[in-house]
Amino acid sequence: MRKNHDYERRKYIIGGFMLSIILFYVIKLFALQVVDNEYNRLADNNAIFTRVQYPSRGLIYDREGRLVVDNQPVYDLMVVPREVEPFDTLDLCNTLGITLEQYKQRWSNMRNRRLNPGYSAYSPQRFVGRLSVEEYGVLQEKLYKFPGFYIQNQSIRRYLYDTGANVLGNIREVSPQEVQADAYYMQGDNTGDLGIEKYYETYLRGEKGRELFLRDAYGRIKSRYDDGEQDREAVAGKNLTLAIDIELQRYGEQLMQNKVGAIVAIEPATGEILALVSSPTYPPSLLTGRERGANYKQLFDNPHKPLYDRAIMGTYPPGSTFKPTQGLIFLQEKTLTPQKLYPCYEGFSAAGIKVGCHVHDSPLSLIPAIATSCNAYFCYAFRDMIDNREKYGSPAEAFERWKKYIVDMGYGYHLGVDLPGESRGFIPNSEFYGRYYGTKGWQAVTVISVAIGQGEVLATPLQIANLAATIANRGHYFTPHVVRNIEGTPLKAAYFEPHYTGVDSEHYETIIKGMRKAVIDGTCRIGAIPGVEMCGKTGTAQNPHGQDHSVFMGFAPCENPRIAIAVYVENAGWGAAYGVPIGSLMMEKYLTGEIAPSRKWLEERMLNANTMDMEVADGTQE
Amino acid sequence: MARRNDVWASLDWYTVALYVVLVLCGWVSIYAASFDFDATGSIFDFDARSGKQLLWIGCAVVIAFFVLMIEPRTYVSLAYPLYIVFLLLSIVTIAVAPDIKGSHSWLVLGPVHLQPAEFVKYGTALALAKMMDNYEFDLARPACFIKACALVLLPVLLILLQNETGSALVFLALVGVFYREGMSSLFLFAVLCAIVYFVIAVKYAAVEILYTPVGEWIVLTLILIVLAYMVSSYLRSSAFFKIALSAAAVIEILAAVISRYLWAFNLCYVAWTLLFVAIAAAVILYFKMMERRLWIAVVFALFSCLFLKSVDYAFTRVLEPHQRTRIEVTLGMKEDLKGVGYNVNQSKIAIGSGGFLGKGFLNGTQTKLEYVPEQDTDFIFCTVGEEEGFWGTTVVLTLFALLLVRIIQLAERQRSVFGRVYGYSVASILFFHLAVNVGMVMGLLPVIGIPLPFFSYGGSSLWGFTILLFTLLCIDASRSDTL
Repeated sequence: MRKNHDYERRKYIIGGFMLSIILFYVIKLFALQVVDNEYNRLADNNAIFTRVQYPSRGLIYDREGRLVVDNQPVYDLMVVPREVEPFDTLDLCNTLGITLEQYKQRWSNMRNRRLNPGYSAYSPQRFVGRLSVEEYGVLQEKLYKFPGFYIQNQSIRRYLYDTGANVLGNIREVSPQEVQADAYYMQGDNTGDLGIEKYYETYLRGEKGRELFLRDAYGRIKSRYDDGEQDREAVAGKNLTLAIDIELQRYGEQLMQNKVGAIVAIEPATGEILALVSSPTYPPSLLTGRERGANYKQLFDNPHKPLYDRAIMGTYPPGSTFKPTQGLIFLQEKTLTPQKLYPCYEGFSAAGIKVGCHVHDSPLSLIPAIATSCNAYFCYAFRDMIDNREKYGSPAEAFERWKKYIVDMGYGYHLGVDLPGESRGFIPNSEFYGRYYGTKGWQAVTVISVAIGQGEVLATPLQIANLAATIANRGHYFTPHVVRNIEGTPLKAAYFEPHYTGVDSEHYETIIKGMRKAVIDGTCRIGAIPGVEMCGKTGTAQNPHGQDHSVFMGFAPCENPRIAIAVYVENAGWGAAYGVPIGSLMMEKYLTGEIAPSRKWLEERMLNANTMDMEVADGTQE
Repeated sequence: MARRNDVWASLDWYTVALYVVLVLCGWVSIYAASFDFDATGSIFDFDARSGKQLLWIGCAVVIAFFVLMIEPRTYVSLAYPLYIVFLLLSIVTIAVAPDIKGSHSWLVLGPVHLQPAEFVKYGTALALAKMMDNYEFDLARPACFIKACALVLLPVLLILLQNETGSALVFLALVGVFYREGMSSLFLFAVLCAIVYFVIAVKYAAVEILYTPVGEWIVLTLILIVLAYMVSSYLRSSAFFKIALSAAAVIEILAAVISRYLWAFNLCYVAWTLLFVAIAAAVILYFKMMERRLWIAVVFALFSCLFLKSVDYAFTRVLEPHQRTRIEVTLGMKEDLKGVGYNVNQSKIAIGSGGFLGKGFLNGTQTKLEYVPEQDTDFIFCTVGEEEGFWGTTVVLTLFALLLVRIIQLAERQRSVFGRVYGYSVASILFFHLAVNVGMVMGLLPVIGIPLPFFSYGGSSLWGFTILLFTLLCIDASRSDTL
């Protein structure tokens, strides 16, 4: 042969090149198929279509076993875009009560893969959600005229009492962030919003079932995946029993209508919340169905903020309801005896500071001081503790001691109620004042207003009600909670542990005598309930934004108390004006089941009173 | 009749066995790829793709039989006529072919759809073998080289006119044949440089550091290094290489420092200047040392510069937008999972989800549920990857590797240049199809629509490869005869 022999060794280069490329591919395939597992997941996402079976959401009962919330079917209008044939668009718009513009908008939203990532022209898409039974009825008749459209059942909440929106909460569609945060949710799922619907979401929602199907790239279902081996049945949500007495809750809301504020009623022996009223409120049914979005926006924009649960989120100066805590601390610290007398000449004055008081006997001891709510008495007693350098070394240390008792009584931190958004209130510490006035630049007189529940001190109505329960229990409380029982699951053990305040129960007896006296011939006279030994304490909380808040704290009966209560009516003046009547009516209703004829006039007055206009008037002055 | 007995006796049954196994694997894969979970279609159902493929396979067997029956000498004498007939057929196709997805490459004759491009490869391989078989032919002679190139480029031009870029690229594979027959390694090196320069220039075209387009700068530096290397190797002086590059590096670093801290400017100016200084130096050295080969280095460098300057133009003007996007996706410059990247991404998901042992025959979800496009033609390898896993893909690639090695062995044992050149043509074309198709399916190469030999559905492709391979076997079977 010819000189081509020179090039014969090139066969190794050519063959070697081909083999090394093939070897390179084999290595690449190993990396792609064996090493990298990501593609498995992507493949499942691609081809396995999960049809979700929604469980029915847990029902909600009140403490008497009355059904409060159940589920009601609604109807979604679905469409498979590929199956749509020309039809009378206007007819459909009229039936649904939407404009042609909205109709077109709906289509373009549905096709927008950014808004609706699961869009496929071959699979059902939600066209209009949550039609009512009536709308469904009308549409059902005409559905044959709209090929490609069909109806799918869903369920929404039904409220049999339509009250207690702040406690119950409602249901809304999950946000994209929630879908990211919790693997349980998928786009379009529902979740609890506000109240126990949110707090107990994991119990109420149950467990979604699933059916797996194989589908092709066009979204068409081809067959069952793995012969249904991996399908799961939906598990219904757990039913809840509330501690709330739904009738009492409704009565409280009626008493609070046209007023701004809150009522919290607790059963002292258990910490169960009997009523948790925030006013103004709204019927919870407003946030169901197709109009939810619009209604929610309206509530959100309302200047009185009905979505804001004042009972657990609102922080107010506790005012005179704080005085019992002061008496208890001073007695326990032995800087005060029940017999000690202090003078009150229409107030307390020292070092250029003056705290006013109203006209009553003087000098006086602790029990009448509670009954008449004497400011001067508690200011003097506070000074005797905080400025007692012999005992504590410095006002700062005395104040820390004081603060510890307050915190143990449930102030300054979250109580741990089973509702979302509880606020912790505010109790200053010595550091706080040190920053303000210099470490040694302050003493009792500087911060004297905390002695009467004013100044820096802030508390939620729940914390004040909890104080009433603590006093009723003579020195301990149980964490307040609104749910009494979860079907099949024991309640958190924390709800059964008593919290002791560190003040002996004998001192509580002293305070209770004062609070009883307040009802017999003191500030709470108007609230006396025939046949019930009620104890109470008024408060008139000054607030820098307008008229005083009318506050009441109390419990009944005096022995073996069954209900402890706090009432807060914003900008309504004296404690005795609204707080005491509303609180006593609530207790009477709960204890006796009805209002005595002799007190009907009071009930009438409270139901009809309107303090909101006063507030608005005040607001305009500012 | 004596001849017929000879053929069966001296036929390379090893290759035939590999062919049969590959074709059967392909047939089963097509059944799997077009299998419908709901319809329980039989693999023999002639309405389904697998049934039709069986028909094509049957035809292929008949064709193989006839190819073997023909006197091997006939191929030598028919080489040019066949080449011309297929070229004419291509021209006719351009004129009469209907538009199928933008390409005018299918000839419709009643129920039969033929893609002449598949047969043009065959004609070209025969013609090239015939040309190189001539005793006067010597690739080292420019005239011969140009003639051979023209022989290959003519069909490329016609296929490009049919808008079948993929099929046209296949002819590039014949570089392997040229190389085996004595083409200078320099050409292979040039091809390698062209690919590297193109990738770098395109990928880093928009990246700027210190006011310098990074792509252009890297390519210029590479051209400089190649030039220095060639000059120093022709002068047999490694010191020259070191000194020249060190000097260039010092100047570049100095320029970078100035640009960074004193006065910002485009470092490419420096690179261009250095390069032209180096070219000028090489020219001077050429006249001084009278080393003839130095001009090769100079021309190489100048062509490299020209290439670099035309890459941008070629990329944005000559290539069609969809081809441009495919390249950008492959180079990782763009992620377009819904558009151009969709096919490749889905195909990677299908292969990647196969794991080591695969999901089992007919259990693939990705390929079967129409996620992967063209799953029984260009993307058939996905089905193998998904259902048979790494094990299956490795077996298939090994079968191809065995076949390629065997074909090279057959080519090398031919006593005629004709047989050898033809054998290498077959090996090169097969390898190119395999490498480009599998590379595309794995996302390593841009999407170029060429079939996987013996696997992809379709008669034209299967028959084309059958004729190609069995002609070689026929020639091989008579290697002991004198041609």
